[in-house]
Amino acid sequence: MFENLSYLALQQYWYVIVSLLGAILVFLMFVQGGQTFIYTLGKTENQRTIIVNTLGRKWEFTFTTLVTFGGAFFASFPLFYATSFGGAYWVWMLILFAFVIQAVSYEFRSRASNFLGKKTFEAFLFLNGLLGTLLIGTAVATFFSGSQFSLNEMNSVSWETGARGLEAALDPFNLMLGLTVFFLARVLGLLYFMNTIDHDEIIARSKKQLLINGIPFVVFFLTFAIWLMLRDGFAYDPVSGVVSMESYKYLHNLFEMPLVLIMLLLGVVAVLWGIIQSLLKITSKGIWFTGPGTILVVLSLFFLAGFNNTAYYPSSYDLQSSLTIMNSSSSKFTLVAMSYVSLAVPFVLAYIIYAWKSINNKKIDEAEVTAHDDTHIY
Amino acid sequence: MLESIDTSLIDWSRAQFALTAMYHWLFVPLTLGLSFIVAFMETIYVKTGDEEWKRITKFWMKLFGINFAIGVSTGIILEFEFGTNWSNYSWFVGDIFGAPLAIEGIMAFFMESTFIAVMFFGWNKVSKRFHLTSTWLTAIGANLSAVWILVANAWMQDPVGTKFNPLKARNEMTSFWDVFLSETAVNKFMHTITSSFTLASIFVIGVSAWYLLKNRNVLFAKRSTVVAAVFGIIASVFTIFTGDTSARIIAREQPMKFAAIEGLYEGQTHAPLVAIGALKTDTTMIPNPRERFIFKFEIPSALSYMAFLTPNGFVAGVNDMVYGNEEQGILSYNERIERGAVAIETLKTLKLASDRGDEEAFAEAKAKFDDPQWLHDYYQYFGYGYYKDRPLSELIPNVKLNFYSFHIMVFMGLHFLILSFIALMGSLKNRWGDKKWLLWVAIITIPMPYIASQAGWIVAEVGRQPWVVYELMPTVAAVSKISPTAVQITFWIFLATFTALLVAELKILTTQIKKGPEEK
Repeated sequence: MFENLSYLALQQYWYVIVSLLGAILVFLMFVQGGQTFIYTLGKTENQRTIIVNTLGRKWEFTFTTLVTFGGAFFASFPLFYATSFGGAYWVWMLILFAFVIQAVSYEFRSRASNFLGKKTFEAFLFLNGLLGTLLIGTAVATFFSGSQFSLNEMNSVSWETGARGLEAALDPFNLMLGLTVFFLARVLGLLYFMNTIDHDEIIARSKKQLLINGIPFVVFFLTFAIWLMLRDGFAYDPVSGVVSMESYKYLHNLFEMPLVLIMLLLGVVAVLWGIIQSLLKITSKGIWFTGPGTILVVLSLFFLAGFNNTAYYPSSYDLQSSLTIMNSSSSKFTLVAMSYVSLAVPFVLAYIIYAWKSINNKKIDEAEVTAHDDTHIY
Repeated sequence: MLESIDTSLIDWSRAQFALTAMYHWLFVPLTLGLSFIVAFMETIYVKTGDEEWKRITKFWMKLFGINFAIGVSTGIILEFEFGTNWSNYSWFVGDIFGAPLAIEGIMAFFMESTFIAVMFFGWNKVSKRFHLTSTWLTAIGANLSAVWILVANAWMQDPVGTKFNPLKARNEMTSFWDVFLSETAVNKFMHTITSSFTLASIFVIGVSAWYLLKNRNVLFAKRSTVVAAVFGIIASVFTIFTGDTSARIIAREQPMKFAAIEGLYEGQTHAPLVAIGALKTDTTMIPNPRERFIFKFEIPSALSYMAFLTPNGFVAGVNDMVYGNEEQGILSYNERIERGAVAIETLKTLKLASDRGDEEAFAEAKAKFDDPQWLHDYYQYFGYGYYKDRPLSELIPNVKLNFYSFHIMVFMGLHFLILSFIALMGSLKNRWGDKKWLLWVAIITIPMPYIASQAGWIVAEVGRQPWVVYELMPTVAAVSKISPTAVQITFWIFLATFTALLVAELKILTTQIKKGPEEK
């Protein structure tokens, strides 16, 4: 059935899948956001253990989604993978390093003779929460602001700055998205705690923090969104493939793709509703609005970056080296083969939800994490 | 063709990949094997309802968890390193390599990470049967995770099911099943997972032996030994069988690697197998083959038999490959370099013609890449073209390293089978543990499968050099253009981080073992 689709349709299908993975990844970064609150919300050892264990049961979903996001991008748009990773070396290495130190921290944190000490592993979790969100946010912002690279006739990348991608993290526009993602992850983390933990003090502190972090999130997001609508974008001619700058490109995209506009608006409303609802009344359901809202917003941002004849990984150094979904994808044969595999995704989602529910059927409380039976405790 | 690439960049990039891959592989085999051992144990618990089996399951599961975390931690870097440090390679092979990686993410990683959460946290939350199912799915997911990356690696050893697209300067997949089910891929997967099962079995037998030696948790240790020994015997037999098959595949597909692992310089029929030997100095540089071994013990005709199942089989030596052997129809490296250079020139002509809009020249060059005879005569030597005007020695892998790695792996592999067999026989007669020296042997054996497993990968990867994709892309052409200093910095950062994490893991693991199954 996928064989009958055009090459372009397959490229678009895979761009949607990669975008969806990216969007789910941002939602699941509630784990990263939550990791930055271990000491803010946990005033006693037991409280910190509750927080770490609440996140510890979900960290692998985020991690696996990141790995799959990378794998799917490699598979469907290998030229992006080769260009961005091989070019923006330092920024990706830092992001990876932040995840290397995360994976061990949960398991090793409370073990006897853990060599580096509990505080070190907690610091690793904090670093992961800070760098992981901030740098991924700034890296994604380059989808709109461009990077300085060129490709030769063998499609081999030359990065034109010595900072190797770190320059992107200092660009004010990129930084806006980085900070947005950081504060969004924190907000999501708080909403997740409110949903999952049964502990009055932690919940009360979470609520207070929700306001403190919600405000900068909204400010940074609005600044980024307005800036994006006003800036020039990277358009390409679908026939000749020639890339050129277009004023208000992303604003045009929004109006030329009404579905994306609706998704974005719905997403923003859901995100805000989840936060406001959690601030105004006693509810633990905020995450179920803000989470899906986040997915819709991120998805629409990816669509603005790559659809409607827009170069999704533009080069501000050499416009014609910019990557589009048409010039950077795998062959049609490979996309067809992988599309069959993508049919397994709903099945995968179904068992993830089933397994998630089966161990989240009861809120986590102090008794559970201090029980002296042989439960697996981080 | 390669003059512009800084050799220190290649060396550091290779060093970094070797470092991260080898660290990762310190933890993965135990995860692969122990996940099944734990599943067997829990199955016995669910079947018998015996609480002792639950205790046994939980103890090994705890060790599994500690080991799993660091495996994940060291693994993420590898996936992205293909892009960061080998970006040219990523593009050249992305159309083939990326698909297995994506499938692995969708089908295996999620299965593993979803059910591992149920396995660890679900004891009191889900039914016994659902928990057991989750344990099995974790094991299956963990092992499926190995399938796709090994398929990708097998393709690098034996690039099949693809066609070169000159317009995009990359290889494109033409048959998914040829890539997925190539003989090299199937064999590599079987050999890798069964050797990992062996490693985990030896680990369990060794740790249990320590308890028996201390006379602690005797029932626990004996039961663990039985499960591990049965698994170990089956796994060892499969490892040896698949290893033997892979020798034949290598002899056929990568004769240079085959010559290197045996230190064979002059090819012959009735080639003897060097069972034990010591090589002298850097053998790649010495012209006289008789001077290359300090001593050796050979089994007559065994190498020919191993490679071709007949003593009359001609096993090519390093010199046959380099200088050619007309009688055996082996093309010399100089000839291959000439042909590869023609293929590279044709690609350049095509690109140039395309840029200039010279349709005639373009069509002429393009037609060559569509002509099976031309592909056979020229394109198949594409990678050799990069070595024009360079010393031939660059095309020979490190013989000494391959020779020793291969022999260490084989000898240790036999030892694991024997030890597992003795442990099982002893356990069945309820006499395992009577002889203290045997328990000591089991303990001392624990690190050996790690060494054997690493040695196996050295043979696979160093033996393939100078190629990253066999005969098509040399390692030097695959590397990202980064400053060598940047790669050095990340190399040292990873070395320091991974070493600290390894020390932490070993300390946690040994402390947990000392505490034993009775304590939290």
